[in-house]
Amino acid sequence: MCTTCGCQITSGNESQIPVEKSADGGATSVLTRLMAGNDLQADHNRMHFDQLGVLVINLMSSPGSGKTALLEATIVQGRERFRMAVIEGDLETENDALRIRAHGVQAHQITTGSACHLDAHLVHEALHKIDFSGIDVLFIENVGNLVCPASFDLGHHLNVILLSVAEGDDKPAKYPVMFRAADVMLITKTDLSPYLDEFSNERAAQNLRNLANQVPIFHLSARNGEGIDVWLDWMEEQIQLQKQHVKNRPSFRPVRQPDAGLHATRILLSPVHPVSKS
Amino acid sequence: MHELSLCDDLIRQVQLLADQHHAQNIARVTVSLGTLSGVEPVLLVQAFEILKAGTAASNARLIINTVPVRIRCDHCGREADVDPNRLICPACKSLDTQLLSGSEFILSQVELFVAS
Repeated sequence: MCTTCGCQITSGNESQIPVEKSADGGATSVLTRLMAGNDLQADHNRMHFDQLGVLVINLMSSPGSGKTALLEATIVQGRERFRMAVIEGDLETENDALRIRAHGVQAHQITTGSACHLDAHLVHEALHKIDFSGIDVLFIENVGNLVCPASFDLGHHLNVILLSVAEGDDKPAKYPVMFRAADVMLITKTDLSPYLDEFSNERAAQNLRNLANQVPIFHLSARNGEGIDVWLDWMEEQIQLQKQHVKNRPSFRPVRQPDAGLHATRILLSPVHPVSKS
Repeated sequence: MHELSLCDDLIRQVQLLADQHHAQNIARVTVSLGTLSGVEPVLLVQAFEILKAGTAASNARLIINTVPVRIRCDHCGREADVDPNRLICPACKSLDTQLLSGSEFILSQVELFVAS
């Protein structure tokens, strides 16, 4: 990544990004830098979260892999260790927010209508509805989808990606953009493992490692509580890291969050061909 | 169909560039798209055709240059083009690799018509 503006021009790809000369050779190249609206908003959100000293985690997975159940188990078993708030993203219904509020935790529901992902603007609107006093961690439960959410920085710090044993263990191979972005992968619903011989923990791990992603993999069941303590230990460690980071430097970004920013790098002006005004 | 959202940003940016340079029209918009960017070229073209109406890009052509996924191994130093779901070193199988290209979505060039 370019160190001056954070754009995506690197020594590895600059030869692949062509600059064509116009036929008459009269074109002028202009170097400029731009960031997409979403990324600017995401950086603004992150600055806001850092000022508040809150760690923000983006939960992503297929629909039905247990994101809300994980949050419920985290609330119940982690209550004494940290204080949390939740932003829920779904196409319709307030069901997930109601489940969270039933445990006495603040939850704001974003209903996206037909949109397949949350973006930084939606999160920005939602964050003004949350009272952050005393909050250590904000979970953003993204829309259940292994494709689109990976392309949008929300201003969060870490990506937590769930893969339930009821799904195929080849999900990381099928959705490399999403799983490459993981800062931790959670294999969920392990209480169902005895009934699902076809899911192999080893293959799931290998498919993640094939993406050159070396992040931790935890196995847990929100239903019977197995493995939740390891997840809570990791959470607590990340919260402490975030508190140290905001003390020492402005921010840290998700390690492998793909930068979907659009950067205009070169503009070809063609001043010799005015268009007709008809 | 997140390509619509991303394309909306793209059109806003080229519109802004056209305004800044007092251009009357945009002839061509060129983007570089990595195969690990999470953006589908066919859907991006469809989105561009829908969203360009009524903007300075209404007659513009969208050109997409596909950028392959390429890695460098920190362990053995080898560089290689690889599949999007196989980012380990093909030679020594190390996981310590850097992505050199393939995840980008870059507006690389805009060709504007400017009255002289």
